[in-house]
Amino acid sequence: MRYLPLTSDDRTDMLAKIGVAAVDDLFANVPKGKLLKGPVDLPKAKGELEVERLMGAIAAENISASEVPFFVGAGAYKHHVPATVDHLIQRSEFLTSYTPYQPEIAQGTLQYLFEFQTQVAMLTGMEVANASMYDGSTGAAEAVLMAHRVTKRRKAVLAGNLHPHYRETIDTVSRMASDTILSLAPNPVDAGADLKAVAAAIDAETSCVVIQTPDVFGNLHDLTAIAKKAQEAGALLIAVVTEAVSLGAVTSPGEMGADIVVAEGQSIGVGLNFGGPYVGLFAAKQKYLRQMPGRLCGETVDAEGKRGFVLTLSTREQHIRREKATSNICTNSGLMCLAFTIHMSLLGEAGLRKLAAVNHANACDLADRLADVDDVEVLNRTFFNEFAIRVPGDAAKVVEKMAKKGVLAGVPASRLWPKDKALADVILVANTEVNTDDDRAAFVAALGASI
Amino acid sequence: MSMNNQGRPTAAGEAGSASAHRTFTGNKALQIEEALIFEFGRPEVTGVDIPEPKKVKSRLGKLDRKEPIGLPGLAEPEAMRHYVRLSSKNFGIDTGLFPLGSCTMKHNARLNEKMARLPGFGDIHPLQPVSTVQGALQLIDTLAHYLKELTGMPAVAMSPKAGAHGELAGMMAIKAALEAKGQGHRKVVLVPESAHGTNPATAALIGFEVKAVPAQADGTVHVADVKAALTPDVAAIMLTNPNTCGIFEKEIVEIAKAIHDNGSYFYCDGANFNAIVGKARPGDLGVDAMHINLHKTFSTPHGGGGPGAGPVVLSERLAAFVPYPFVRLGKGYSLVEEGGKLEKGEQPFGRMSAFHGQMGMFTRALAYMLSHGADGMKQASEDAVLNANYIRASLSDLMSLPFGDQPCMHEALFDDEWLKNTGVATLDFAKAMIDEGYHPMTMYFPLVVHGAMLIEPTESESRASLDLFIATLRDLAMSAKRGEVDRFKGAPYHAPRRRLDETRAARTPILRWTKPEPYAEAAE
Repeated sequence: MRYLPLTSDDRTDMLAKIGVAAVDDLFANVPKGKLLKGPVDLPKAKGELEVERLMGAIAAENISASEVPFFVGAGAYKHHVPATVDHLIQRSEFLTSYTPYQPEIAQGTLQYLFEFQTQVAMLTGMEVANASMYDGSTGAAEAVLMAHRVTKRRKAVLAGNLHPHYRETIDTVSRMASDTILSLAPNPVDAGADLKAVAAAIDAETSCVVIQTPDVFGNLHDLTAIAKKAQEAGALLIAVVTEAVSLGAVTSPGEMGADIVVAEGQSIGVGLNFGGPYVGLFAAKQKYLRQMPGRLCGETVDAEGKRGFVLTLSTREQHIRREKATSNICTNSGLMCLAFTIHMSLLGEAGLRKLAAVNHANACDLADRLADVDDVEVLNRTFFNEFAIRVPGDAAKVVEKMAKKGVLAGVPASRLWPKDKALADVILVANTEVNTDDDRAAFVAALGASI
Repeated sequence: MSMNNQGRPTAAGEAGSASAHRTFTGNKALQIEEALIFEFGRPEVTGVDIPEPKKVKSRLGKLDRKEPIGLPGLAEPEAMRHYVRLSSKNFGIDTGLFPLGSCTMKHNARLNEKMARLPGFGDIHPLQPVSTVQGALQLIDTLAHYLKELTGMPAVAMSPKAGAHGELAGMMAIKAALEAKGQGHRKVVLVPESAHGTNPATAALIGFEVKAVPAQADGTVHVADVKAALTPDVAAIMLTNPNTCGIFEKEIVEIAKAIHDNGSYFYCDGANFNAIVGKARPGDLGVDAMHINLHKTFSTPHGGGGPGAGPVVLSERLAAFVPYPFVRLGKGYSLVEEGGKLEKGEQPFGRMSAFHGQMGMFTRALAYMLSHGADGMKQASEDAVLNANYIRASLSDLMSLPFGDQPCMHEALFDDEWLKNTGVATLDFAKAMIDEGYHPMTMYFPLVVHGAMLIEPTESESRASLDLFIATLRDLAMSAKRGEVDRFKGAPYHAPRRRLDETRAARTPILRWTKPEPYAEAAE
């Protein structure tokens, strides 16, 4: 077996040194009859070539985003990742290192985490950011728990246009922790009404309101008024962003008064990966720092006075605090954080703004083209790179028909709200820098032929 | 001095002391000091060429971002050099022996990276029509089959994103099962003192009360202590097996029986599964739920602290509560999400995260399993245990073992009794290992052992590698006993940084770069 360096002579010698006759003597604590006699019922070892053939055949059963005109979004986006990013994250010293608990030999990881935290704070318009969460949705659930700790209240109000997977993730942990969640109904047509409903739902028990912008239908929200309203009631505003590239074009939640910002960072540096691994961005106001979940990297000096970085404020964390920790999380999304920070460093402010402008322009172009398609309506007044359209009939069937014509058109709303009949004819359509004029023409043609 | 024909010296010449030769830059040859991107990047520079956007009517409302963001940009060669230099300040498995106990730092095969990057796996969207991702669902289902077979458990929740997330899923399944039986009053979770900190944190997160169970002098939990703690309000026990002292819990079957007789559930922390893959199955031992760290046992890269993946296998008693989404094989593969058609008895307790779990880790773990096969995985566990015992046997005359001279599983645990009166602490010993070119072992964990040193070599080490490691530790140990305190107290001397001031970092947290104030203002 190519990964195992010991020879059978080595094994014999080593057993002799240990002073046992057979390797099973080392498993003497396993209760009688519970030590397996033979191998489990799985196939035998395979060479590299055989594994490649096998897995290659399975991969070929899928249609990948680069093969076809591709417009699927709703929380994960197809963007171009520079070759430099994937090369660098595969460097052994990054790929095969552990959590930087020995900072003297982990300054590489620690310095990029410090840079990452700064980039995330700038991007979200906040004062501090942590070293990342598993993804945007789990970050959102952690943000709600954090708001409960800060306000000592245990009720969250979730905007109707929050991504349903985020709502479910928050709802699951809240239900288990016996906290109260008020989830409002989605409203793709009148996005402003959603925020009004959130404002009306705030009461003296409310610890936080959770609002996504661009929302799951793509609408942009000015959060200034709702932030003020929430804060006056002693609650926090948690802003959720599922498309990080939007922050290169749209006013950041921090500038609009958010207390906590959580975002899915996948769009910058990380591939689609069928939903994971991704990277959750988590930023907050400085005054809430001690209640933040997750790892934090901080600056310090070494014994010779040289600048260096360490994990810090770990007294919030589970390995010290155990059942009193701010969260049970003991990891971040290290390598995806690295991908994010490399891509962001390559882009810089100029590149990010241009990338965002191209995304927006491409989406506007598609919206304009759809205005000429009979019986199809673009529902949004505002959007960044994704919007909702209404089609005649069952949207899921339309998407399926378009897939047969070689266009992956978007996410039928019924995939996310299976029981909401009012949304059965809605499709979420995303458009990024990867989409060409030809792709958009193909979209329009396939849509016309599928309704 | 000898010269070649052009007068170039070819011999080493007079050797001076390296420390006497300070450099102008502060660099030490290949070890190059690197500034922060904010100190040399420029907002107008970009390393990505993007075509001009079309001219369109903006749909941003009035929400276009007007203020400068401040993000610095780097041209591609600058970025390449920045991150390569940073990487050279890191120690990875590929650098050297990385005996971090409880973390299973085994070889990360690059075949796995290659497989995860096949466009059919890496470039597919979680919400594409299910008809276009049949291969992805097949892969998840195949990996699920492997995990169930290796653990002897009938069900698995694939979506948790890390070990602690898997724990959370497992404990949520237990809570859901109790509530379904009208047993919601059971609030107590028993956790041994030696457990990972995530165990009590997870239980507390969803409203359980944590009660400690002692470990006995032999390093294991005794069924008598568990029985003494069992009351009608006990929901579950969270037990790590093999445990964090590196020992297989020999009364585990009796403990499981006592737990079940009490109407409670048995959560097993699977962090140390690498010791027993193909040797013993948690399902045969009475376990109800166990998370599997794909990044430990099945070699997906640790990546400097993530991403991980933590599928949790479930017993018959918990199988009905597997959260959304899950894969079903009928006429083709389908994905059961919220609102999807459930079969009789299925009661998903909710959702752990957006989408379907860590697909990128699934592909890597499956590539590992296919490569090893049933025979190779068994051999890997045997080698991991053999290597740990070889280290234990080779050091036990110099370093003290807290639980006597008994075989360990895949990690050997020493305490600091042998360092008494030497002036050297576990931390100092660990830092001196850095100078010798090793990553330190896990230290001060488990908490129940004073000055703990937990050494897990994994199966990836050769005999020669182990022998040099043992010789090094013996040399260090004898040096400590001789009172050569300097070698330890000031260590590391040769790493990119000397010891870092963690107190200062926590007392005045600097968590982001900020623009230095102009000198004139700062002086006021």
